[in-house]
Amino acid sequence: MVAGVLSLTRNGLRDWILQRISAVVLAVYAIYLIGFLLMHPYLHYLQWLALFHHTWFRIFSLLTLVSIVMHAWIGIWTVFTDYVHPYWLRGILQTLLVLSLLALLFWGIEILWGIY
Amino acid sequence: MAEMETIKFSIYRYQPEAGSDKPNRPYMEDFQLEVPKGSDMMLLTALIQLKEQDETISFRRACREGVCGSDGMNINGKNGLACITHISELKQPIVIRPLPGFPVVRDLIVDMDQFYQQYEKVEPYLKNHQPPPGTERLQSPEDRAKLDGLYECILCACCSSSCPSFWWNPDKFIGPAGLLQAYRFIADTRDTAKAERLRNLDDPYSVFRCRGIMNCTSVCPKGLNPTKAIGEIRKEMLKEEL
Ligand code: SF4
Ligand code: SF4
Ligand code: FES
Repeated sequence: MVAGVLSLTRNGLRDWILQRISAVVLAVYAIYLIGFLLMHPYLHYLQWLALFHHTWFRIFSLLTLVSIVMHAWIGIWTVFTDYVHPYWLRGILQTLLVLSLLALLFWGIEILWGIY
Repeated sequence: MAEMETIKFSIYRYQPEAGSDKPNRPYMEDFQLEVPKGSDMMLLTALIQLKEQDETISFRRACREGVCGSDGMNINGKNGLACITHISELKQPIVIRPLPGFPVVRDLIVDMDQFYQQYEKVEPYLKNHQPPPGTERLQSPEDRAKLDGLYECILCACCSSSCPSFWWNPDKFIGPAGLLQAYRFIADTRDTAKAERLRNLDDPYSVFRCRGIMNCTSVCPKGLNPTKAIGEIRKEMLKEEL
């Protein structure tokens, strides 16, 4: 048994499933947004704003944001543990990663729910 | 006298205790071997003949027929067994290096300790908590067939040594060879420790470092498919945990 204190769930199977589920959410969101942009070739601000006024779309966006955080946490944690060997540097990088992802999440929530 | 042709080799040399005439750091050394024209000699035979030219060339071998797994090495950039590799199939000069990612002991001989430690971790033996029957534990031909493609592994390490995930984390990632054996016992209907085996592997490293690159499968000299076995382990874990 080998764990990683700063891995997302410290469980390989759970990390693996979360990474796959979040990938699907990211893909669906990206496809939806691209579709939306294609359907509004002359998009202007009010239409864009209207999209974000739907509660379901805000929740969808929030889910996507959470998915980005999980996906990146698991993926970048893996890259660090593959390539960064001095344990102190690895620790610093992992901490910075977690903090910036959390900052991104809070900032995103503030933006999404700050839309009038 | 038969017509001869010259085969060129470039062989990785490392002799930590080398004398003054040879460096004691790794270097590549060129060799040439005269073989009868059109001969379809195996690489191992060629190496043995080269050893007659220079008796310090060191490599492991035993069965010389692809059964013992001793002579895994990196041949023109691809891991394989010297004893079942025809020199006629190889581009010259034939570049021979020790298995990548493993500490080199001397020339083509690598330290296999970590590889065996990972193998040991998967407890590669039958565990059955029921009282033993009077004779043997029987298995239906269908159940026995589930072990095909798993039990044939000769632990040559060609797979684990070509796996980037194993290069980076040889102490934590079991590696394709060990995982193939893990699945060999998970799939065995006579084994009763399946749940426990799966639990021992569910950390972020042991199995899940595999990124499905399939280098292992592409080099296995026995034609086995560790990537598929790793996928099966994940599937079994999902079934167990969902
Ligand atoms: S799976 Fe194939 S390459 Fe890997 S150790 Fe076994 S026989 Fe060798
Ligand atoms: S499929 Fe997995 S085990 Fe095989 S070489 Fe790739 S990462 Fe390694
Ligand atoms: S010498 Fe035994 S496998 Fe090659």
